[in-house]
Amino acid sequence: MKYDGKFGKYGGIFIPELLIPAIEELEEAFYKFKDNKEFINELNFYLKEFAGRPTGLYYAENLSEKLGCKIYLKREDMLHTGAHKINNAIGQGLLAKYMGKTELIAETGAGQHGIATAVIGAKLGMKVKVFMGSTDVERQKLNVFRMELSGAEVIPVDMGSKTLKDSINEAFRYWISNLDTTHYLIGTTMGPHPYPTMVKYFQSIIGKEARKQILEIEGKLPDTIIACVGGGSNAMGIFSGFVDDESVDLIGVEAGGEGIDSLDHGATLTKGSEGILHGSLSIILQTEEGQISETSSVSAGLDYPGVGPEHAYLKSINRAKYVPINNDEALNALQVLCETEGIIPALESSHAIAYAIKYAKQEENKGKTIIVNLSGRGDKDMFTVAKELGVEI
Amino acid sequence: MNKLSYSEIFKKSKENNEGVFIPFIVAGDPDYDTSLKIAKNLVDNGVDALEIGFPFSDPVADGPSVQNADLRAFDSGMTIEKCFKFIKELREYTDKPFGLLLYYNIVYKHGIDEFYRKLKESGVNAVLIADLPPEEADDAIEAANNNSLEQIFIVSQATDNERLKKITKIVGGFIYIASVMGTTGARNKVEHNTTELIKRIREHTEIPLCVGFGISKPEHVKEVLNAGADGAIVGSALINIIADNIENHDVMFREISDYIQIMKEATRM
Repeated sequence: MKYDGKFGKYGGIFIPELLIPAIEELEEAFYKFKDNKEFINELNFYLKEFAGRPTGLYYAENLSEKLGCKIYLKREDMLHTGAHKINNAIGQGLLAKYMGKTELIAETGAGQHGIATAVIGAKLGMKVKVFMGSTDVERQKLNVFRMELSGAEVIPVDMGSKTLKDSINEAFRYWISNLDTTHYLIGTTMGPHPYPTMVKYFQSIIGKEARKQILEIEGKLPDTIIACVGGGSNAMGIFSGFVDDESVDLIGVEAGGEGIDSLDHGATLTKGSEGILHGSLSIILQTEEGQISETSSVSAGLDYPGVGPEHAYLKSINRAKYVPINNDEALNALQVLCETEGIIPALESSHAIAYAIKYAKQEENKGKTIIVNLSGRGDKDMFTVAKELGVEI
Repeated sequence: MNKLSYSEIFKKSKENNEGVFIPFIVAGDPDYDTSLKIAKNLVDNGVDALEIGFPFSDPVADGPSVQNADLRAFDSGMTIEKCFKFIKELREYTDKPFGLLLYYNIVYKHGIDEFYRKLKESGVNAVLIADLPPEEADDAIEAANNNSLEQIFIVSQATDNERLKKITKIVGGFIYIASVMGTTGARNKVEHNTTELIKRIREHTEIPLCVGFGISKPEHVKEVLNAGADGAIVGSALINIIADNIENHDVMFREISDYIQIMKEATRM
């Protein structure tokens, strides 16, 4: 390997020996093609014409007036397939094509990464298999159908908690047996090196655009960036644009589930401890004996007991702060944004909105300029939300 | 009880003109007592050493047989504390070498040095950590050295010669050859290039070579030994016998005995 993939003590390559050649091949290809002119041109073409970049930085005037802050929304929800996941799927999909791979595999929780991988696979003429916990298959039926329409095979995973972490296990197992033909398109900033670095690279477009846009609109940097964190790719994408601006506070919002003092949450950085899961050393939710805990959240995309190692690092050096938002607060925030701005956020992004509302109400934060990364749209969540609100549709 | 070292059993096997046969089971599968009985039964049927798995919630290198064995162990209340006790009890029964197969988070969460100290105290000989490649293994190797334990590493067809050289410098006990590019699991035949792989590794080192992943039949054992390996490791095929006979222990133990005797017999040239 060229690099050790460490962020402070976190990160690394904690994987079975059989995967080492694949990771070496991937690292070499990533560093080679990310600076290749043809690759860059093609990537930019797809980001613009296929995905719909750049996304707007939208001033949420009604919400801002209500809260006494200036709240901007980075509109990743406007992208093709409905979330920021497409940025990374295009990047890695193209990379896989340049590497000569013919098949893409992906894990998915909410289904947003699955659908993003499915459409880029369709576009690039590559076979796609998506591993998805059977609990998630059930609660994200609509996205399963969208993936299948795009020609992907959705493989329900029935082991363990039947959610995101189990789909990742299964994707790794499939990959070990099919290294020659297959690229594992990991959807977030976790996994062994080079994934955390590579996924951040492909998502950093969010932060680059947002920084430029806010400087154009406001003529100054924002005070605070708020983004939801499951594995952490949308947060890392927007944080990366501001991490060197020390005056900008970075806040990641985790799944508080039924409350962080219950067992039913996914608040990894708030409640977790150091450990190794899915290829890297990071903060994870685990038992005293080191077994990985099962998590719970109304939002499938945040329902994960690990987090990208760079988030663990940013927390350890106090560069970013991480807070939990529970299910009820997120559901409430979703309705607030619908009512004030006419925007239906994904349940994942609703966690970020919920914390922004909480944050803006605090006296010391009055008048601040805040960017919330609206990582995805809520269409996929309508059945879940209706059920939670006791409405039959 | 005193323990034999791997080098002693490899030497003895060579003198007897036979290969080493090593079965793998998960501690606590299907429950603590039965699992311990199975382990003793393996010893009674003439195995040369034992590989023992500590159950883990997310075993990414394992196929369905071992995953389900882990789940059965958890369902019966198995814990890592009980795994240490399991090893200790088994050590009182036999002097055969024990190798552990587990995942790094179990070790890391425990504290690496503390974990290895407890392993030594329990009577373990060697440790193989499925998700710990040499790049990340400095701390584990140091802990192994401090506690006179051997750190085993895996080599596969995808391991090039340069990497192989690095691994032969740090590996202890034996090299674990993964005969297939895949997860653990019983398969119908040994992959055709396993023979070449064994020969290639043999050119680089005198360290004993044991082949696992997919070995399930006597002819597989013969094939890898003929190619120059020193031993064969069988996990999933044995675990499948356990899984298929949960309801009837008499049949389970009879089938395990028959199977182990046939497999051990295949190591005699």
